[in-house]
Amino acid sequence: MKKLRANPALSSLLMVSPLAAVLLIFLVLPIVLIVTVSFWRATEFSIIPAFELDNYAFLFGSPVTYTVFFNTFKYALITWACTLLIGFTVAYYLAFHIRTLTWQIALFLLCTIPFWTSNIIRMISWIPFLGRNGIANSTLMSWGVIDEPIEWLLFSDFAVILAFVHLYTLFMVVPIFNTMMRIDKSLIEAARDAGANGAQILWNVIIPLTKPGIMIGTIFVVTLVMGDFITVRFMSGSQSANVGRLISNDIALLQYPSASATAIILLLTVLMTIAILLRFVDIRKEL
Amino acid sequence: MESRPRSFYILSAFFALFILFLYGPTITIGILSFQGEGGGLTFPMRGVSLYWFYDLFEQQAVGDIWGSFRRSFVLGLMVMIVTVVVSVMGGLAFRRKFLGSNILFYLIITSLVIPSILISLGVGLLFSQSGLNVHWSTSGFGSQLTWTLPFGLLIMFAVFNRFDKSYEEAARDLGATPWQTLRHVVLPIIAPSLIGVALFGFTLSYDEFARTLLTSGSYNTLPLEIYGMTTNVTSPVLYALGTLTTVFSLIIIGAFLCIALIANRRRARQASDAGKGEI
Repeated sequence: MKKLRANPALSSLLMVSPLAAVLLIFLVLPIVLIVTVSFWRATEFSIIPAFELDNYAFLFGSPVTYTVFFNTFKYALITWACTLLIGFTVAYYLAFHIRTLTWQIALFLLCTIPFWTSNIIRMISWIPFLGRNGIANSTLMSWGVIDEPIEWLLFSDFAVILAFVHLYTLFMVVPIFNTMMRIDKSLIEAARDAGANGAQILWNVIIPLTKPGIMIGTIFVVTLVMGDFITVRFMSGSQSANVGRLISNDIALLQYPSASATAIILLLTVLMTIAILLRFVDIRKEL
Repeated sequence: MESRPRSFYILSAFFALFILFLYGPTITIGILSFQGEGGGLTFPMRGVSLYWFYDLFEQQAVGDIWGSFRRSFVLGLMVMIVTVVVSVMGGLAFRRKFLGSNILFYLIITSLVIPSILISLGVGLLFSQSGLNVHWSTSGFGSQLTWTLPFGLLIMFAVFNRFDKSYEEAARDLGATPWQTLRHVVLPIIAPSLIGVALFGFTLSYDEFARTLLTSGSYNTLPLEIYGMTTNVTSPVLYALGTLTTVFSLIIIGAFLCIALIANRRRARQASDAGKGEI
């Protein structure tokens, strides 16, 4: 004990050791193993240690790879734009238009509660809305907007992006709201006194000060969408594919080496995206 | 109080639509799970009944729903406890620099942003290559921690960024040992945030799917069971199960929020006796 007090660095190390152990066994080792296996050879029944680049050669030689990566970026970009627009508006409303802290917390919680419920159930719950005879189609038909049911509502890219926006907008709302709450209100008053109108205040004061929150939200949304394999499968009715699905299909066929190679490329893509985004924000300072 | 600008009403309408967008689908399947016996996956309702709930309790052919619920619940509690303890220890340690603190910080971020399927695949490979069997309480448990710990730690970092160190210094000046300072000063102050960490730990684990997919072994957790059902069950029994799990989640969330509220009240009551004279 005496020694611990004398050496705070040692006590810090001891305190993070459980954390380090979990991350080592369940994060670092698995990544190392995936990298290793990505150079192995697969037969029909097993995987054999080897060092060959066949998996990568096949991956980069196949046109499917490029389509699938393009799809992944497309989903990420569209979802990012939608969640940013909705998330910013909601956070702005909560932070600047709701006047009492109690109401702010209450409405904020109202937005957060769905986050703590099951994603799969939330995906399933779009079926009665979007199906061929679903609520959307029957409403539009009864209004006379359309004559026949729209086929592309469920099991389409539209459904995939709708589900992403539904699931992940919260990841934009929370960090943006968090940064907005820390904006000094007197800055806004100063801008108003200097003659700025609402739009100018929003554009020249609030948005620049909210950038760190926007960046953190962006990191969440982009990585969640890029790494997804289940939403795309479920909401597109297996008609669209992204990289995650490519990997999970390989896994289902027990093609671990090729799944690993794809996974490594996906990981590198995600990490590079994050590295670019992190240049704009210091996460630890913003918490 | 100055009058509301017009933008307030427009934004209020937008916010209301957003809430409807968030909750509408869930409420819809809530209603549809009371579908009559001959009813289908969408409106119209063919009568109102509890048929599909009964079906859920009787039907054993599809899988082991109650077993998977039990497993998910136990796993959620395990993950919750470990997440709280490890996050607090991590949060305390990260208040000063130590050897490798930067690397560890980037590992935490990696753990958060890594596509879940890599954890699933990697942990699955790790266990199979080292000759161990994957099981929800070992490999599944560890995989889920890689998802809940970053959330817990980020909350703790946020808490300690705002933590006033003079409380600790005061305790130390009064002769408290490091353990006494932690037990009687630091922990009571951060307690409400710990409730938040616990809520994240339990719910994220209870709903976790992607990281458990290849790591839970032959006994499914509830989300895996539900996912299995989506491919071969096409009746409102799916909605009934969805409604029940959502209600369960809401009860858990409500319980945590109540505890947080009570803790806050108690703290407000006992807060400060400054200026009330000698004790």
